[in-house]
Formats: sequence, structure tokens, C-alpha cells
Amino acid sequence: MKVETKMTGTRALSRPFPLKFKLRLGKKRVNRSFAGTFFLFLLLSVFGAFMALPLVYAINNAFKPLDEIFLFPPTLFVRNPTWNNFLDLMNLLGQSWVPFSRYIFNTVFITGAGILGHVILASAAAYPLAKHKFPGKSILFTIVVLSLMFTPVVTQTPNYMILSWLGMIDTYWAVIVPAFAFSLGLYLMKQFMEQIPDALLEAAKIDGASEYRIFWSVVMPNVKPAWLTLIILLFQMLWGSDGNGFIYSEQLKSLHYAANQIILGGIARAGAGAAVALILMSVPITLFVFAQSRIIETMATSGMKD
Amino acid sequence: MHNTWWAMKWHEIKASKHSYILLAPYMILFMLFTVLPVLISIILSFTYFNMLEFPRFVGWQNYTRLFLEDDIFLTAMKNTLLFAAITGPVSYLACFVFAWIINELSPKLRAFLTLVFYAPSISGNVYFIWLMIFSGDRYGIANGLLIKLGFILEPIQWLKTEAYILPIIILVQLWLSLGTGFLAFIAGLQTVDKTLYEAGAVDGIRNRWQELWHITLPSMRPQLMFGAVIQLTTSFAVADVSIALAGFPSVNYAAETIVTHLIDYGTTRFEMGFASAIATVLFIIMVGTNLIVQKLLQKVGE
Repeated sequence: MKVETKMTGTRALSRPFPLKFKLRLGKKRVNRSFAGTFFLFLLLSVFGAFMALPLVYAINNAFKPLDEIFLFPPTLFVRNPTWNNFLDLMNLLGQSWVPFSRYIFNTVFITGAGILGHVILASAAAYPLAKHKFPGKSILFTIVVLSLMFTPVVTQTPNYMILSWLGMIDTYWAVIVPAFAFSLGLYLMKQFMEQIPDALLEAAKIDGASEYRIFWSVVMPNVKPAWLTLIILLFQMLWGSDGNGFIYSEQLKSLHYAANQIILGGIARAGAGAAVALILMSVPITLFVFAQSRIIETMATSGMKD
Repeated sequence: MHNTWWAMKWHEIKASKHSYILLAPYMILFMLFTVLPVLISIILSFTYFNMLEFPRFVGWQNYTRLFLEDDIFLTAMKNTLLFAAITGPVSYLACFVFAWIINELSPKLRAFLTLVFYAPSISGNVYFIWLMIFSGDRYGIANGLLIKLGFILEPIQWLKTEAYILPIIILVQLWLSLGTGFLAFIAGLQTVDKTLYEAGAVDGIRNRWQELWHITLPSMRPQLMFGAVIQLTTSFAVADVSIALAGFPSVNYAAETIVTHLIDYGTTRFEMGFASAIATVLFIIMVGTNLIVQKLLQKVGE
């Protein structure tokens, strides 16, 4: 009986909270003038080119033979594409003092552990903030919103001291544990959870489910779009992390750190640098391509109320 | 009377036990790594502290030194405010305008253009590509193009010339700025109730500008406020791009910002009291500006 009620509840929401799309884009709507339309699309193309060309250049560079990278006048597009840069990169990686797989492991571990902990902890905290009433709720949320208004750099010095008291300096945890408390993630998750119908939670409560069970088996399955958003935001942050000055040991350093050494390695490494840059940037972009619609769905609830 | 109030509160707190337990793990870390550091920073800003000896109270000395004796800080302050005054509003407007244009396209095209605009901000530290574009030799795109077109004869040392450094960093910051705020606007536009537009047309709205001001903007005010926070906070925090492109320190401190100044004192010179004063000033500027802008945005469409 219990299970059944919960199932219907979940199924009813299996396409959670459709955005208020009404494609009755009507004849009744006012129309834009032709000149206006033309101007907007001109603006879109010019700015689109400004946004896209540097990335297009980066992609093309990765496939340029060395003589094309240093060609005058410089070209945007590759003429004789080659895989040589990637082969050079492999060679270079083979010679590195710390095995390159170690850098990859470091970044994957930091990113994975940080994301997992953040999504679980932030969701657990977002649920009572969104759906419960308790003393201290509004002040806690106000502090979270205030924390969106400054960058983590402000707190870097004290953070170093706190991490060193905790004995976390020069370990993976120096980057992972502070990432658990990323406040934008909690904020977005809380805003998204607010639109879960109370009736659904009430039904589960009547069936005798504890708050923890409601959180885990009713709330969590219904906020998958928000998970994906938190995942991608944190991925973006941790994937590009170079240890924030909290990690010194060479064997603990990140992929980004290693890649920067290659990229900044000068003319002889320009090809390998372009190749590694392409590899690094394609991972988050690919992730976003797959998660885009879910992320937009989450952002629809991101607004701040007066 | 007083006792019963406390008794009631205590009862409420006990009844909310589960809420607190769910909140605790996150909030403990949040307090430890965000709230406590801000407090420590404010306290340390009134001390001399070098990480070795116990902090020594020095009153307002760090602040007077910062504003009266530290010329480089004033340069940093000027640069930061200039960056924020340009990239903040421009990126905010760009986020909105492009979200608004994109919103009317077909879903496929919309998804594609969202990707094009959002890609730079998500692709990690890829802004070093601008190093190649503005490289000081003839192989840089900017120099190559200008030489070929005959505007210049000799390559320009873009990132080593004071006059060019600031505009280039602003350009790159703008390139990176269509991030979370942009996505929030796209989403916000999709949630505007379309029937409002039809009602508006009946009520005498004559063109798209009126429609924008009277219907679209008020409907998405919450997203506008969220986007403002994100864009503003980013625009005050210019540092990575400055360090990557102009070097650290940059030529004649042309690209010094409050954050790079903070990094200089906090991680190179270990003058933690002084660094904390810089951090506190930055904190006050960021939060203060954000709160003012929030107040202003509440007036949109009224």
C-alpha cells in the first residue's frame, strides 16, 4: 500500500514541472518591424562570431601542423589537418616525471568526489529550507543568498588557515571539502524544490515515511534536472581547478596544472599545447550539450523573490 | 511571559529536529568555509599577522595604509571599478538581449545558439587562446591581420603595452561573461505566460519595446535579480584573466585589480592582516553594490 502511493506520486511527476509553454504564439501578438528584425539578427551574427571564433580557432589549431601554426599571415582554419599534435602530446606525456595518468586520476577523483558530496549535502539542506518551517530558516537562507554576492577569493586566506588546522592542506580534501559547501548549488536546488507539490510530501507522510525517507525517495527522484545543474556547475569549477594554492605535491596536482605546463611550454610545444587545450575544453562542453534542457529547466526557478 | 516564549521556541526547535539534522552537514561546512572566513578576515584586518607570530592588534592602520600610502592599491581599485562599471552592465545587458533574441527562434536553433554563447564561459581556462590572438609577434591573429591589411608595419606588443592591456582584458571578460545569468534569462523568458502578450495586445501595447517593458521584464523580475547578482559578482572578481594575459605583476600594474593585489599580499608576501583588509574592502564593495542593484531592480516595470 505504502509503496503504491509513492509510485503514483512519482509517476505523476515523471515529467517534472513542465515549463509553462504555450505555443499559441498568436496572430494577436504585435509584430516587429522588418528593420528591427534585420538589426537584431545582425547583432546576433556579429556577437555570435565574436563568441565562436576564438573557440573555432582553438579547435583548428589542434589539428594544424607546426608550420601552419607559425604561418604569416595567420589563418583561422586548418589547411592540412594532422593528428601529429596529439602524437606529440602522447610523447610528451610519456616523458613526464609524474605519470600522466596520475594527473588524470587526481582531477577525476577531485571532480567526482566533490560533485557527489555536494549534490547529496546541498540537496539534504535544500529540502528543509524549501519545504519545512523551523526557527532560523529565513536567516540561514539570507546568509546563503548574501554569500552569492561575493567571490570565494575574499575568503581564501582564512580558508587556508582553517584547512591547515584541519590538516587538509596538500591533500585532495583541501579542494573537495570546501566545494561541498558551494552556495550557488544550494540556492538553485532550494528554489527548484519549492515547486514540488506539498500534497506529494503530505501523502508520503501519511503513509508513515520519515523525513529522511521522504527526502531520499520522494524529493530526490523529482529534482533530477537540478542535480544535473549542480553537477555541471561544480564540474566546471573542479575540472578547471589547479589546487587553489592548497595543493603542493607534484603527484597530487591536477590535469589543468599539467596542461598549463605544456601550454606555457613555448614554441616547441605549441602543437601539443593546442591539442591538450582542445581535449580539456571539449569535456565540459560535451557535458553541457547533453544536459542543456535540464539545466534550463532548473534555471527557470532560479529567480530571487523580493 | 519571557519564559513561555522561550519554552515555545524550544518546543518548535525540538519539533524541527529532522530539519536541523538534514541541514547540519551542509551548514557546518558552509559556516566553516564561508561564514567563519569572512568573520576571521574582518577581525584579522585590524591586526598585523604574518602566519608565524600571534596576530597583533593595530587598529585602523591597515586601512589607512591601504587608502593613503598604497598607490598600487589605488590603481587596483581604479581598474577594478572600471572593469566592473563596464563588464557588469554590458555583460548583464548582453545576457538579456541575446537570451531575448534567441528565445524567439525555433527550439533547435535556440539550443545551438545557447551553446555557442555559453561555451566560452564553461570551457575551463580556455581564455589563454587570447594569448595567441594577441600574441606580440607576427603570428598572432590580431597582428597578422593588421599587418596584412596595412594598418601597421611592425607587430604590436599588445599585452606589454599599458594602453592596450585594460581594453583587452575587458574584451576577454565579456567573452567569458555569458554564463549562469544568461541561462537564467533564457529560462526566465520561457516561463513568461504567453497569454499575457495577447492580453497586452488587446490593452493597447503597440510595439515590442512596450511589450518588453510592461510584460516581459516584470514577469521575469526574479531572474533579472538573480542574474544581476551573478554578473556583478563576477565583474568585481577579475583576476585569473588578468594574470593569464597580462602577467603577474602586469606591466606598470596596468592590469592590477583588487583581487590580484589580495593574491600578492596573501600568498606571496604573507602579510595576512593587510591582505585581510583588502579582502574586507572587496567584500564590502561587492555586497554593497549587489544590495543597491537589488533595490533598483525591484522597480523594473513599475
